[in-house]
Amino acid sequence: MTPAQLGVRAGQTAPEWQETAREEDKRMRNGELNKRVNTFDVDAIRNDFPILKQCVHGRPLVYLDNAATTQKPQEVIDAIVRYYTETNANIHRGVHLLSEKATKEHEDARKIVKRFLNASSTQEIVFVRGCTEAINLVADSWGSENLGPGDEILVSNMEHHSNIVPWQLLCQRTGAVLKVIPIDDAGDLLMDEYQKLLGPRTKIVSVVHLSNALGTINPVREITRLAHEAGARVLIDGAQSVPHIPVDVQDIGCDFFAFSGHKIYGPTGIGVLYGKRELLEAMRPYQGGGDMISSVTFEETTYNALPYKFEAGTPNIEGAIALGTAIEYVERIGLEAIAAHERDVLEYGAQRLLETPGVTLIGTSRHKASILSFVLEGVHPHDVGTILDQEGVAIRTGHHCVQPVMKRYGIPATARVSLACYNTRGEIDALVAGLKKVVEIFS
Amino acid sequence: MSELRELYQEVILDHNKKPRNFRVLETANHHADGHNPLCGDNVTVYLDVEDGVITDISFQGSGCAISKASASVMTTVLKGKSVAEAEDLFNQFHELVTADGSEELDADHLGKLAVFSGVREFPARVKCASLAWHTVHAALAATEKPVTTE
Repeated sequence: MTPAQLGVRAGQTAPEWQETAREEDKRMRNGELNKRVNTFDVDAIRNDFPILKQCVHGRPLVYLDNAATTQKPQEVIDAIVRYYTETNANIHRGVHLLSEKATKEHEDARKIVKRFLNASSTQEIVFVRGCTEAINLVADSWGSENLGPGDEILVSNMEHHSNIVPWQLLCQRTGAVLKVIPIDDAGDLLMDEYQKLLGPRTKIVSVVHLSNALGTINPVREITRLAHEAGARVLIDGAQSVPHIPVDVQDIGCDFFAFSGHKIYGPTGIGVLYGKRELLEAMRPYQGGGDMISSVTFEETTYNALPYKFEAGTPNIEGAIALGTAIEYVERIGLEAIAAHERDVLEYGAQRLLETPGVTLIGTSRHKASILSFVLEGVHPHDVGTILDQEGVAIRTGHHCVQPVMKRYGIPATARVSLACYNTRGEIDALVAGLKKVVEIFS
Repeated sequence: MSELRELYQEVILDHNKKPRNFRVLETANHHADGHNPLCGDNVTVYLDVEDGVITDISFQGSGCAISKASASVMTTVLKGKSVAEAEDLFNQFHELVTADGSEELDADHLGKLAVFSGVREFPARVKCASLAWHTVHAALAATEKPVTTE
């Protein structure tokens, strides 16, 4: 099979499975959404991603590990090359043309992020290394000054280690206590339990928007409303959500929102912390250095205005610029269209996996996106991953940095398929064919 | 497919399905826990060492086919060996699974362990194959701390 053949365009002559899926569609979707799926040109999108044209182990690459990192469209790669070819200079300090140009491009990227999240000001957009650094920044800077012994931090049972460990470190420093919102068998938060956990000692609730292991989309608006009623602040870990569902931080109402560039078709080493202005204003700097000050003497230093107060040192300039390019790319296709396409592939994938003997899906929330975590009876996920790799199919296997989730389901690991805008039903077929090989070898 | 067959040889699949010496050894005077944080594999090995000879050996744990089969085959190979021979085999096994192909390996000497030669084509799986061996090494050295592959 060639890479081109793998791409099954919606609306193409339908094999049997498509007919079945269409019946599902009719029941589960409104007509509007169907129309969007049909106008979504996945072949054209695949063409934007040069890496998808390659073969691995002699097979067309089927990249289904997008929750780990997404591939990059040519224009994002070009943005990095163009920056170093035409613009490279340090920002916020030069009087020369290149520095002015670099500064402008860097700050334009901030405007793109502001618009993308619907923040009320670019002062609320802090560039960081990634989602992990964003959470650490809040835990360190906001947490150290606002938490004391006996105060409580709420996280959920489905958090990534990066939304657990920074809070544990904060607890060690301050004497605060970490509490965990439980989840049910489908992978949904137990909202009743959440409400019971919220109390006068709750200072912050930090939960994931879209679970990287289960795919669950959490009701972040409701979570935020309830937390605010209890007088607590809210951080939403949006690492997995921003590439798949539209995000409006003002609509959610959260105090902080964090995401990484590389999971939304941008480069690694760049991420974003959104914070409400009044909170960021009151917070002490996270790191000291150049760029984050307005004046320095050996006696006293005055910090720079937002958001620069939190951006010590020369930042990842080309990363921020290329992230802006990536977001514009996503906006051009449209997150609604991407979400509809991915849902189509996700539902097809769930159906095909469940038809495969021995497969159990882990994470079956009705509100989910992008993720298909599964276990195959009698075969360890690691072996599944190795065999699929030989078939050109790249998935993640292991605990996905969510060991508490694995413990919750009593499994050591899962095999995880995670989708992006360029994945197709044909690639799901390649995955299922690969799983047949796994069963063959292990039977 | 041929590299895969090389990796998942019948012997390995058989030991995965029916691991030998898969139990807690009540008479053990050495034991150690091994952990591969990357994939979550866990193994505990138990050894009964009398006068410098491994008179009995067993293991428990969970993991992928490669790690389970490696632990199982290892127990069958090490039973009756002296501690010095065990250490020697540990080194040879390590070489076997990490060799880049330029070195000539003494397949005869390795005996049953030779089935793991396919692992070297899969760098991501070397740690799976060597976990149990590292754990035995730690148990014999009486290391208190659990060993990890990291």
